[in-house]
Amino acid sequence: MDSGHTAWMLTASALVFFMTPGLAFFYGGLVRVKSLVNTIMLSFLTIGVVTIVWTLWGYSLAYGSGELIPSFVGDFSYLGLVGIDTFASEGEAIAPLYDVLFQMMFAIITPALITGAFVERFKFTTYLIFMVLWVTLVYAPVAHWVWGGGWIGADGAGALDFAGGTVIHINAGAAAIAAALLVGRRRNPGLQPNNVPYVLLGASILWFGWFGFNGGSALAADSYAVNAMLVTQIAAATSATVWGLVGLFSTGKISGVGVATGAVAGLVAITPAAGAVNALGALAIGLGSGLICYYAVELIHKTKMDDALDVFAVHGIGGLWGCIATGIFAIESIAGVKGLVEGSTSQVWIQIYTAVGTLVYSFVVTFVILFVLDKIPGLGLRVSESSENQGLDLAEHGEQATVDDGAN
Amino acid sequence: MIRIDAIIKPERVNLVLEAMSKAGCTGFTYSNVSGRGTQEGVEVFTGRGGSTANRVSLPKVLITTVTDKSKQKKVIDSIISSAKTSEAGDIGDGKIFISEITEVIRVRTGETGTNAI
Repeated sequence: MDSGHTAWMLTASALVFFMTPGLAFFYGGLVRVKSLVNTIMLSFLTIGVVTIVWTLWGYSLAYGSGELIPSFVGDFSYLGLVGIDTFASEGEAIAPLYDVLFQMMFAIITPALITGAFVERFKFTTYLIFMVLWVTLVYAPVAHWVWGGGWIGADGAGALDFAGGTVIHINAGAAAIAAALLVGRRRNPGLQPNNVPYVLLGASILWFGWFGFNGGSALAADSYAVNAMLVTQIAAATSATVWGLVGLFSTGKISGVGVATGAVAGLVAITPAAGAVNALGALAIGLGSGLICYYAVELIHKTKMDDALDVFAVHGIGGLWGCIATGIFAIESIAGVKGLVEGSTSQVWIQIYTAVGTLVYSFVVTFVILFVLDKIPGLGLRVSESSENQGLDLAEHGEQATVDDGAN
Repeated sequence: MIRIDAIIKPERVNLVLEAMSKAGCTGFTYSNVSGRGTQEGVEVFTGRGGSTANRVSLPKVLITTVTDKSKQKKVIDSIISSAKTSEAGDIGDGKIFISEITEVIRVRTGETGTNAI
């Protein structure tokens, strides 16, 4: 039992937990005020539902002791977390339940990320069911592929994904396009974000939480954790600055929402690389995410798809860039394998095909889940036209974000 | 009796209300409103990227007061001089509308006409 490792992993778990409320406010600030409570609730209740799913069967499917389908998904060995020791055995640094706790926070934020694609029009009850199915059929298998002994991670192709660029970001980004396509465009997308300070505050909370997300993914309080936290900071800060400057050159102004998005794009991109690159690699990754994601947002706005809060452009494209960049900037002394900068092309190739595999799986299965939910009588993906016009806060929750007239 | 409705820039509201009091206005109501005149609205970012859109309305303040016709010139002059944001005046500084009022009643006492102003 190592109290240093234990203390850090408990702290890191709490930091990752805090990202989901941060995301709630980040997304909340971007929508219109009549659906602000709903947008926050989409993330907030994810905490409730996914925790239950993770406890009952989610963890077991991702990290079970055996495999129902080899290299694909875990089994039911830890249903209800029964069978996992409460106490650390001789020689074990941390009590095994820490892994359940830490990974639970990742499982929570991933479906919450997807909600940005369908805000202001999605039916809340259907969302609850979607979350249960998505964590079971998409998140748990993909987590297994990368970290649970599946075909992508160390026991398979050997792709580098330190903190979940594939499992969380590419996965959520691909699901976001499937959701945006099936739920359709908003009838009236509105003009501008309702609360830019919420967006910046939410982004700051995400950034803060990301120190646990990446810094904790060494699963120990060690040198890798120190390096991970440093490169996280460098990439996020670089990406935010680059995004601001690109905006300045193309529009003449630096948007607060833009800089917040730039920071998130940098955090996404460094996620898989945080255990593989040094400070200079992090600078390059942040520079790349600031440029690539900015133009990805611009490009996707030209399509007919209404990914309302640009989940795919930031998390999907940012995740793909980070995944490939990990293969480019990996340093053997940190990652254990050579990246392109050290003359090896093989890692880049591994990164690309595993990322594409995740993208395709997540898109297809998410599409099928939502397609089926849309056809079930009484469910359906979309709220009525009058609810959408009225705003989801009153229609779905019977609440309003702020009440400032005399009738209160 | 006349009613004066003045639409001004929000940042001038304290100065204008002070000037109106000095010019003899005994009361006023104001509200924060949105709108535009001959000026075009304002360009805003629509979301996370660099896309912008024109927001057709700007924040304005609407001040309403009722006063005796004899004070009209003095009150109007006070509003104009305090609402202008520069010596020559700027686009968006505002507009003043004047209308006749047929009756004023004070709720507390039931007084009417100029006594009730």
